Amino acid sequence: MSAPRPTVVRFRYAELGKVRFISHRDLARLMERAFRQVKVPLAYSEGYRPRPRLSFGLALPTAASSDAEFFDVALDPAIAPHEPTEAEAAALATLIDDLPARLSAALPDGLSVTAAAPLEPGSVSLQQAITSCTWRIELLDVAVDDAVDRVRRIVAAPELPFERERKGKLSTSDVRPAVLDLEPLGPTGRGVELEAHLATKPTSLRPAELVRLLGDDVGIGRVHRTHQWMTIDDLRSEPLAAASVSPPEASNGPTLRLAS
Amino acid sequence: MTTVWPSLEPILPSVQKPARYIGCEDGAAAKPPDPSLVSWLMIYPDTYEIGLPNQGLQILYEIANELDDARADRAYAPWVDLEAEMRSTGLPLFSVEHHTPADEFDLLAFNLSAELTYTNLLNCVDLARVPVRTADRRPEHPLVIAGGHCTYNPEPLADFLDAVVLGDGEEVIAEITRVVGEWKATGRGDRTEVHLALSRLEGVYVPSLYESIYDGPALVATRPIRDDVPEIVEKRTVADLGDWPYPKNQLVPLTEVVHDRLSVEVFRGCTRGCRFCQAGMITRPVRERPADQVRTMVAKGLERSGYDEVSLTSLSTADFSGIDGVVKGITDDAADTGCGPVTVALPSLRVDAFGVKLATQLNQARRAGLTFAPEAGTWRMRQIINKLIREEDLYEAVDAAYEAGWQRVKLYFLTGLPSETDPDTLGIAELAKNCVALGKSKGRKASVTVSVGGFVPKPFTPFQWFGQNTSEELQRKINLLRDDTRRANGVNLKWHDPKATLAEGINSRGDRRIGRVIERVWRAGGTFQEWSEHFDIDRWTEAMAAEGLDIDWYVHRHRHEDEALPWDHLSAGLHKDFLWQDWMDALDEVGLPDCRWTPCYDCGACTGYGIEHRVASALPPAGGSQGTAQDLGTGGSVPVQLLGSKPGAGTTP
Repeated sequence: MSAPRPTVVRFRYAELGKVRFISHRDLARLMERAFRQVKVPLAYSEGYRPRPRLSFGLALPTAASSDAEFFDVALDPAIAPHEPTEAEAAALATLIDDLPARLSAALPDGLSVTAAAPLEPGSVSLQQAITSCTWRIELLDVAVDDAVDRVRRIVAAPELPFERERKGKLSTSDVRPAVLDLEPLGPTGRGVELEAHLATKPTSLRPAELVRLLGDDVGIGRVHRTHQWMTIDDLRSEPLAAASVSPPEASNGPTLRLAS
Repeated sequence: MTTVWPSLEPILPSVQKPARYIGCEDGAAAKPPDPSLVSWLMIYPDTYEIGLPNQGLQILYEIANELDDARADRAYAPWVDLEAEMRSTGLPLFSVEHHTPADEFDLLAFNLSAELTYTNLLNCVDLARVPVRTADRRPEHPLVIAGGHCTYNPEPLADFLDAVVLGDGEEVIAEITRVVGEWKATGRGDRTEVHLALSRLEGVYVPSLYESIYDGPALVATRPIRDDVPEIVEKRTVADLGDWPYPKNQLVPLTEVVHDRLSVEVFRGCTRGCRFCQAGMITRPVRERPADQVRTMVAKGLERSGYDEVSLTSLSTADFSGIDGVVKGITDDAADTGCGPVTVALPSLRVDAFGVKLATQLNQARRAGLTFAPEAGTWRMRQIINKLIREEDLYEAVDAAYEAGWQRVKLYFLTGLPSETDPDTLGIAELAKNCVALGKSKGRKASVTVSVGGFVPKPFTPFQWFGQNTSEELQRKINLLRDDTRRANGVNLKWHDPKATLAEGINSRGDRRIGRVIERVWRAGGTFQEWSEHFDIDRWTEAMAAEGLDIDWYVHRHRHEDEALPWDHLSAGLHKDFLWQDWMDALDEVGLPDCRWTPCYDCGACTGYGIEHRVASALPPAGGSQGTAQDLGTGGSVPVQLLGSKPGAGTTP
């Protein structure tokens, strides 16, 4: 006998300030505790040591901040019945609407839940759905003109062989398909800010790897994720739009768009 | 007020586990820096993961922040990668709350729970830009003080500490605050001024006001250098734990730590009388927290923190009066909130079927296994250490564990105990093999993990006169066990490095001369000595040799009755003649009953301070076999103060 599929809610949150130094694993435990603090029961997995069913999207590198993080969580059928009455459905809708504010209050400073919505049955998981991310990356030890040149070389390259270690083995692959868009935004206090749109599949490239491609002498400063994108039927969209997201910082330098 | 955050932040992405340096915990004090307040920096001299859960530190941190005239932040030893960055960029030790440099605090207060953290204490003081030696500090430097179990022999650290607190800190923290506040208000004069004022507080020991007299290698006495300083410093004891329901807001870390769960201390003190156990001796008498307060602290703590696990802590939680009722209350309360399952953990399980019944009731994850601590392999040995568990008790407990569905059992033992023979050592393997056989007879894939630690004699215990086994002898005993269990299916042997046991031994009963050894080890880079990858016994043996100190004399030598001990000028209440008598009884294989349930034998821990046990029931716990090997027919004249919160409880039979 299989239980009916529980209601799954998708949440969007921002991770800013000191909390960006926590690991992805830490984050899962924090969210779990927050649900207990606001007394919203979750559905648990089966087995010897039942755990709430929380699933995150692509892990945010430790020390990177973000305005666009997501997770899905299954609610306890006690509050989200499989075949709800009209009143139960209304109560659940109100609960979900209130959850971003309640969770944010329970979470540490810097973590704020910005949106929540029930997921359509049959939706693909975040891990499967996300195809690319947009980043703001601070490049250190490099002048603006130099940074622009280096970016131009990357974009102009027909292929970008890149060596990395996977499961203890070194392998080289062409990561050029993962570089979708690069745009130097201008100087920061310490370096140059670069907006990068990087694919996560089929080929992926992480911000730190991109900086390595720009040159061994380029340092990496602040890294901030502004978007995660899904591609469905060639249309790009966010897994869940933010109800209120902090506006992106205004760029204050020369902008050079370098479409791929 | 300064903050190092702008300098620290760019370093953090390149260090391991940066979350340990950001603070932001739920429960962290928001009291901002304020020069008009006495500021405490509470430091645990090991990593954040090890130090954060420390309950002693958290209790005092919270109490300090509730005082009108004080505030407190916390700091932990930075891991070696961050330390290297800090030293190369000139960044000082900092508090995790406000990232305030450590030398801007009035007090650096260390928790000392393990001897192998001593070199880290020196390192933290140095990273704080404070001279490590008390004699080199000037009025503008913070006072460096320490508390915790290791301070019952603070002599190895005497040259580095301005003051030491003995015993419970709940009350004395306000008194120290007042003294330091007055010193600040009068313009921070000569440090001797504040040292003298501190030495007048009960429970506070100021090492620089005492001197140690030697005759060759032998210690003659440690005595005050002035008339107005007490000859003996007595420990502090909180009479009623119910007055101190702390921590009220346990810190909830953002990153994983060693005990990542709610902890509620259900009682302090233990009178089981295990002769190797320093904690049981120095924390007497037994002071139970009222059961209804335990229940409230658990319910509120779980609700506030979002934790799904609570640990009921004490030295032997199954001995708490009416523990089964308390556990039931907790699980009922948790079910009422409807936020999913709550696990109740007992850190130390009694070796009997009752303990297992309790564990079963607790809904603990079966796969984690059950842990018992018989401590010694034969009944003879257990009489010597006064841990009166019969073999049958252990088998009953293990049988009940397998019966209830557990497959893994962990057994804790000590080796190198007084008068231990090879048959005693091999008794450990025998017990383990019998436990595996028991499980197999039930058709289970039984496995028993045997964890063996080398015994380190501790101050203020009956074994304080015993000469510790050499590391070679400990290794020989471990090898005996290893050979004996090699072909025993289902028995996994684990052991503590005998060389680390030796380093602990050097510090445990060392005198003031050991301070120079600690300093040498630290200067040679010997920090994080509790971490096997950083521990190197050669640093310790080389430092001992360089100081002309004999390891055999300090560690392996039996002490005699009239010998002056480095902690003779300190008191945990225990009469020295009681301890000596108990040592003699140990060698005669004579046990001593638990005074909670039998008449007082006047160890001194109650009588000296006019306090008593505070328990809800003067009856030994139901089904407890660890007590039944003792003569318990003598109730009635037990000097206990009953809490009286439970109707019907507490009447004598």
